[in-house]
Amino acid sequence: MPLPRQEVDGTTPKYLRDKYAIVGVGETTYTRGSGITTRALGTWAVRNAILDAGLKPSDVDGMLDYSGGDSTSATFIAGDLGLRLNFYMDCVGGGSSTEALIGIAIGIMEAGLCKCVAIYRAMNGFSQVRIGGTGARSAAPVSGDMLHNRAYGWQSAGQSFAPTFMRHMYDYGTTPEQIAHVKMFHSRHASNNPKAYYKKRFTVEDVINSRFICKPLHLLDCCVETDNGTCVIVTSAERAKDMKQPLVQIRGVVGRCNKPRLDMHYQHGPISTVAGYYARQILWPNAGVGPEDVDVTGSYDAFTFTSMLQLEDYGFCKKGEGGQYVSDGTITLGGKRPNNTSGGHLCEAYTHGMNMVIENTRQLRHDVDDSCPVGPNGKRQHTFDYSEGGCRQVKNVEVSANLGWANPATTSAMVMRKGW
Amino acid sequence: MATIDGDYMGMGLRLDDLDVENVEYFKHCAAHDFHLQACNQCGRFRYPPTTACPWCMSRESTWKKVEGKGAVHSYTEVHHAIQPAFRGKTPYMVLLVDLDTQKGQPTADEALRVIGNLCTPDGQLAPPDLVKKVGVGTRVRMVFSDVSAGIALPQWTIDETAQQPAKPWRYPQE
Repeated sequence: MPLPRQEVDGTTPKYLRDKYAIVGVGETTYTRGSGITTRALGTWAVRNAILDAGLKPSDVDGMLDYSGGDSTSATFIAGDLGLRLNFYMDCVGGGSSTEALIGIAIGIMEAGLCKCVAIYRAMNGFSQVRIGGTGARSAAPVSGDMLHNRAYGWQSAGQSFAPTFMRHMYDYGTTPEQIAHVKMFHSRHASNNPKAYYKKRFTVEDVINSRFICKPLHLLDCCVETDNGTCVIVTSAERAKDMKQPLVQIRGVVGRCNKPRLDMHYQHGPISTVAGYYARQILWPNAGVGPEDVDVTGSYDAFTFTSMLQLEDYGFCKKGEGGQYVSDGTITLGGKRPNNTSGGHLCEAYTHGMNMVIENTRQLRHDVDDSCPVGPNGKRQHTFDYSEGGCRQVKNVEVSANLGWANPATTSAMVMRKGW
Repeated sequence: MATIDGDYMGMGLRLDDLDVENVEYFKHCAAHDFHLQACNQCGRFRYPPTTACPWCMSRESTWKKVEGKGAVHSYTEVHHAIQPAFRGKTPYMVLLVDLDTQKGQPTADEALRVIGNLCTPDGQLAPPDLVKKVGVGTRVRMVFSDVSAGIALPQWTIDETAQQPAKPWRYPQE
């Protein structure tokens, strides 16, 4: 399948385009109260991904994971599953680590350190360490750089990102109603996802009328903290060709690309512009495609605003028109370019970005796990009826883009393609 | 390791003695005097305290007095507090303020953007009626919330003497 703009080159050597593939994806049940350790969640997710790929434990010889000290090391996950690894590393990181670690996985395989890498995130994000900062985290003593934020009641992700969101409304006239569409559309997607923690459909009015957390965020502008484990398995496309699942190839990756002044990024504006502005200058040339070639997006929705800001700064619309883009129907199933078809962080589960890569992998296999009937050949017969409880497969999808978010100043991204 | 400890609204604040940049910053604040590091090589101020100049990489700097005046660049208004110390104080405002000093330098998009809560002139978190008056563009001046010997937090209050915008921009839903 030829893709357009093959002649465009970026900082990645062209030979890396399509050279690696995602061959297995897996997750645990999404809950608020798993009743088990992050070790058990990680084991569960990695096992599911290995089974999804049709691999044996001995086929996986690399492991990468990320956390903020709230998870279990690969040493235990690999040990529990009987994997002997040629490479592993536990990385520190939150949102946007998924795509970055896929980039690292490609790098270590290029360097010959191993041949097949399982990347996982395991978190009791509701019952143990809440990313929103509630519980024990909120009562810890304040020192060092935190004296310039937590001492002001400026701690949680929502609180710390809010000046970016507000300034976008000020600079471009973005409205609360436009942004609320993100939740409405993602909730429609989730209603067609049996795995989603919240399957209820919400309206724009539901979002606007929900209580304020911190302006401009209402309760329903915020994602759902959950307990979960998630995993994706990366190996070379050459090896992937003979594997169980339809081939999904990686076109290009950008990892944890930044705005200036990461120590306090608000020093360098415009603060209504996010790191995607810089990352897109790596992503699209590397992938050899542009936003117009993308059929489905996975723009990180820790908050409604984060999806919008990234879609805008990665170039899916003109600067300042993100509010229009996310509210005109483009990003819903049946629209021109659906975003977060699983329901994303807002509705399916908060996974630090993993579930959006898992979802787009299944989209590119043309085999999302919705409620459509399974035919005699064992494959789901997608109806493309997107009404509640129905299908969520995007028709004829060929190219996806994942846009990961850590904060306004840090992003990762990945373009994948259908390879079969 | 020696520390300077303080209790602020029931929240523990701590300065480690190895953290010399923050110790110096808060020492000036405790004297109700706002100082920032000025780079010995390029002369630019930087905020918050750091260990090198973000423009020229020099490790040498001198603490100099900076005027605590500016305008609100953006803000959030917290209605659901996360930290126990702030739970009885909602709604409270976190202001991101462009200092007049060095605004638009060295590039048009840069400024010394100093964080602080909206406070009354005596450094207490502002009551709800005051919160409703402030938005993007509001002129503010610096005040301080005393914490302990060696620690005070720089804060913002409405600058009564400044010419205020007719209608500062606020989030459309109150």
